[in-house]
Order: sequence, then structure tokens, then C-alpha cells
Amino acid sequence: MASRLTTSNRAGWGFALPGFGLIALFIILPFFFAFALSLTNQRLVSPNPTEYVGLQNYGDLLGLAVIELEPERLDDGSIDRDADGNARYPRVRSITRSDDFPQYSGMREWFRWQSGDNARVVIASDVVFMKALVNTLTFVAVVAPVQAALALVLALLINQKLRGINVFRTIYFMPVVVSIVVVSLLWRFIYDGNDGLLNNLLAGLTFGAFEGRDWLGDPSTALGAIMAMSIWQAVGFHMVIWLAGLQTISPTLYEAAEIEGAGRWQTFRYVTWPGLRNTAVLILIVITMQAFALFAQIDVMTNGGPLDSTQTLVFQAVERGYGRQDISGGATISVILFVLVLTISLIQRWLTREKA
Amino acid sequence: MAHVSLKNVRKSFGATDVIKGVDIEVEDGEFVVFVGPSGCGKSTLLRMIAGLEDITSGTLEIDGKVVNEVPPKERGIAMVFQSYAIFPHMSVRENVAFGLTIDGTPRAEKQRKVQEAARILQMEHLLDRRPSQLSGGQRQRVAIGRAIVRDPKVFLFDEPLSNLDAALRMDMRMEIGKLHQSLDASMIYVTHDQVEAMTLADKIVVLKDGQVMQVGSPMELYHNPANLFVAGFLGAPSMNFIEVQTRDADADAGTAQVANAALEPIRVATAGRPIRAGGNAVLGLRPQYLRPSATPEAGMLHGTVELTERLGAETVVEVALRDGSRVIAALGEDRVLDRGTEIGLEFDPARAHLFPAE
Repeated sequence: MASRLTTSNRAGWGFALPGFGLIALFIILPFFFAFALSLTNQRLVSPNPTEYVGLQNYGDLLGLAVIELEPERLDDGSIDRDADGNARYPRVRSITRSDDFPQYSGMREWFRWQSGDNARVVIASDVVFMKALVNTLTFVAVVAPVQAALALVLALLINQKLRGINVFRTIYFMPVVVSIVVVSLLWRFIYDGNDGLLNNLLAGLTFGAFEGRDWLGDPSTALGAIMAMSIWQAVGFHMVIWLAGLQTISPTLYEAAEIEGAGRWQTFRYVTWPGLRNTAVLILIVITMQAFALFAQIDVMTNGGPLDSTQTLVFQAVERGYGRQDISGGATISVILFVLVLTISLIQRWLTREKA
Repeated sequence: MAHVSLKNVRKSFGATDVIKGVDIEVEDGEFVVFVGPSGCGKSTLLRMIAGLEDITSGTLEIDGKVVNEVPPKERGIAMVFQSYAIFPHMSVRENVAFGLTIDGTPRAEKQRKVQEAARILQMEHLLDRRPSQLSGGQRQRVAIGRAIVRDPKVFLFDEPLSNLDAALRMDMRMEIGKLHQSLDASMIYVTHDQVEAMTLADKIVVLKDGQVMQVGSPMELYHNPANLFVAGFLGAPSMNFIEVQTRDADADAGTAQVANAALEPIRVATAGRPIRAGGNAVLGLRPQYLRPSATPEAGMLHGTVELTERLGAETVVEVALRDGSRVIAALGEDRVLDRGTEIGLEFDPARAHLFPAE
């Protein structure tokens, strides 16, 4: 029955206002703020007036170039080699600090590779940002598929009618309820290099043959360790979404498949997976967005280190904006992240669209 | 074609017995309908034959082979579900071919069988559509097509028409009847709709609370119901039951004389049922066999008209009898009877059924 309250336009807006107002104040407004700030040289606290700088912040972050270095030659024209036989090259700073190359000014070496006798060096205006970008993309590329697949396996396991199945559902979901900060702290102990649980466990399993390592202190393992922990923490959440998807599939479809003689794999392929299509799209997009927002784990566990091996975009945005009081730099990273996530989500939507 | 035989089949969920010892024989090519009210166990029984439910005890034989522990696929059955159970992401063709795909049947043979099934069901034009583009009746056709391509020994139907609207239900009912004649396969069909049971069945099994009440041809059950339940379940409007007193019982002749405050004494057959003289009994009268007598005092039952429903070819009259009970009479003509009019009803005592009081 339509009362005056539910048909009145003004009442409708009235009810929407508090929520909409808060969203506008804390999400929409800051978004435009970030966009505007990224075009200025605004600092958190500064005696100087704010100036419009155009796209300079973007240039400072995204500036990339490849330079080719020829090896140093001895007087006889042969290549100057060190004791190990590696060619010596001029130092990169001889170019980036030279007045002959103003376009490379201020850039630093990111990585290099060998091309014949010459070395090709990729220099970047902001090497830390580049590392953060690569780390974030790596994190997304690993976490999204692994977490989604693992969550699906768990959902299939707990979707059975077994005695005490709710105990398992609870256990798998528990990490989701615990704050990520607490989880990160706990895992710092687990990954501890001296007497961590993981080292002890591996040593026990290999009868002392495993010597232990500082998982978060080693650039080669730090990001992997954070990935593993992040997957473990959020897998339960996605498991529940998969489970909801599984339970929308009509049981008679399974019975029909059973009567037709479908095995377990065939049942999954022909009944379960097609029935989970929409759920899969949702999970893929949600995990991707969550993975791009990686921050708390880094902040608690590594602070971006060691050797910038766990820098991420959001961590860099916060670090710059508040750590270094460079609000415009932080805002610029936020805008870049926004464009990145939007692009990838749109691509995912397009790839998984309903083909008519 | 196959012979299906259930011997003392039982099913329990924990301490609850759902099927309490059922014996049913389905002959080659026979159309057997399980009918009964909700919760009587008819669907459970069908699912046990299909292999979707375990059999707690007793034996189930298909073609002389005990199949209690045989998985559904190897039982040689095909099943059509109430909710169609067609796969929404597959085309009609893929749905019909599903069992063949699972078996890895060669492409050409698959094509041939699907075409053949589509021809039988007159749905060749639907083969490339998606289930979402089909009506309820068409979906059920697809489900039946999927059953046909498997070339099963026994077709199982679990209330296949319940989700269809009334007009379509009648069409599909006739289709299924024709399908049975053309395929000449054994079919077991579960329904709660007695019209489907009466029209389709070679043999009806009436179930109640997990027990078989009566097995027989539709007309056998209609004219000689074994008990009050079967008598009341089959026929529309359902049979009138009147409490009567037995004046005398002649065991040799198999008859008894009964009467009550509204009923003139009449002599009816006891059909071998234990009717004792001087006791109470229940007289069953089908509404169609009651007709108004020339004068209110002339009939065997006396009462007043409570309500008339004129359906054109038929008039349904509710009569309040003098003993306080009510009966329904279905008159095969259009007739105006005013409420409150005194009325007498007469009937052929040979059409009456006498049951012991419960």
C-alpha cells in the first residue's frame, strides 16, 4: 500500500540524504580533490602559496627512458674489463647529471640488460614508484587467480552435507573477521627470521635440514610472504561468495546429471561451473580491486622494504602524502591507481560479458 | 521395455519410516501411475527406483536384475523432473544430447538421435534455442527429449505437468499418452492429479503414508475401491460418505441392510468387508449416481438444498440431509434448484459402497 511517505519525492530524497551526503563528503569530494591536487604543487604544510603545475606531477612519476651505454675502452680500443671479465661502463649519473642531457635530469637507474657489448639502462624519474607499480601488478596477478581458485575449492568442500560442516565453515571464515592489522602482526611472528613458527615448522619437517630464513627481511621472499598471508586472510570471504553462488544452483540439475551418468568432473564442468558464471565475474572484480588496494599488510609488516621489494601504490600514496608531506604527489598516485583499476575492471567486464 | 519389480521395499530417514514395505510389479510396456496426496511417499518411491535415494530394505529389480546398489546411469532408466531440470547455459540441442555427450557418443550418431527425438516431440525448430527462450511446455518437451535419446528401459516421470498451466497440462498429458503408445516403453509416472492418473494409466498405484492402498486399472479402482481412502481419493467431486446403522447383515448373500435418520432402509453388497449387524458403517455414494426423485418424499435420501453450482452441462448440488450431514449430487443437466427447497435423492443400491466404520 502506497502511503504518502513512500510516494513523496521529497521524503525519498530525505531518506537518501544522510547516506548520500556521507558518500559525497568522504568519497566523491576527496576524489575530485585528489584530481585537482594532482595538478598542483600543494604540500601538507607549507609557507609558500599553492601553484598550478599542470601535468608535472604525472611526468615526475611516470617519466621513463632507455639509454644505451657503450663500454669504457682502453687506449688500444679494447674493452676495459674488471677482474671477473665484466665490461666496465660509464656511470649512469654521468648522463643524468650532465647538462648535455637535460631531458634525463634527475632520473635514476631502474634496471639494465646487456645488448651486445652495450648495456641498455632503463632510467626512471621515480624508481620507487616504478617498483611499487610492478609489485602491485605482480601482487594482483598472483593473488587474484590463486585466491579465487582456492576459495572455490574450499566452497566446494564445505558445500557438502556432512556432520559438523559448520565447524569448517567457521574456521575458514575466521581470518576474515579478524582485523588485517592483527593478522599482519601475528604473521610477522610466524615469518620471524630467528625463532618464527614457519622456520621452526620447516626445520621440524625436514629434521633440521632447513636452516631458516628471514622471510620478510629478504627481498626475494618478502613480497611472496605477504602474498601468501593475504591470500590466507581473505580466502574465507570469497569462499562465502562462491558458496552463495553454489547454493543457487538447483539440486535437480545435479540429479539430472547423475541420472545421465555424469562423473564428478563432468558434473563440475557442465553443471557447477556454468552455474557460477556471474559469481565468478563478481569475485574476479572484487579480488582485483582489493588486491590493488594493498596497504595495511605492508604498513605493519615491512614498510615497503627491504630494498623497496614490497613497495605498493597505495603505500606509496600514503607515504608520500603524509610521510613526506607531499600531498600533490600522493594525490597523483591515487589518480593513477584509480585509472588503472578502472581500466582493468572494464577489461574484465568486457572479457566476461554475456555473449548473446 | 522392461519389467520392474519392487518387493517389500522400505525407506527410513533415521527413525522415520517414509516407505513402509511396498510391493509393486510393473510389466513390460506398462504405464503405471503412482498417485496419492502430498507426503505419501510417491516421489520418494520413484527416486528410489531412479537411484537418487537409497533403499533401506527390500529389493528392486529391473529386468530380473537386483539394482538396489547399481548407480542410476546403469539402471537403464531416464527421468523427467517437475522442474524440468534442463541446463540453462546449454542450447536445446546440447541439453537433449547431454547423456550422449557424457558417454562420448560419436558426433554423427549424436546428431541422428537428437534429430529423431526432436521429430518425435515435434520440436525440430527449437533445437538451437536457449532454455530461457522456451515456454514451460517446450521446456518439458526438451526434458522428455533428453530422456528419449537415452533409449531407456523405463521412463520415470516425477509430476512432469505440475508446473504447467491448466490448458497446457491437458495438451502435454495427451502428448505423453501418445508418446507411450509410440515408444511402447515401460513408464512410471508420479502425480497427485487424479485426472492424469485416470487418463494415462494402465495401472494405478494409490499410496498413502508410505503404504500401497490399492493397485489396479483406473476403472477397477473407480468402481471397486478397496477402502475409504481410495474411494474418497479418486473421482471428482469426491465420493459422499454417510454414516449409517446396519440393521442386519447376511453373510451368505454378502449383503447388509443399512439406514439412518435421512436414509430409507436399503440393501447393499458388503463386497466381503466385515460388516456387523447392529453396528455402524459408512455408505459411499458417488455424486454422479445421485439424482433427484420426483417428489421430496419419494427418494431414499431426504434433505434440503444448500447450494447449487451450475456449470452448464452439469449442476452440482449440495444437500443438507435430515441427519445433519451433507452430500453432493452432480446432476448431468442444467437445473435450477432454489436454496432451502425440500429434496429427495435416489440412487441404484448396486452403485453404493459399504465400508466398515473406522
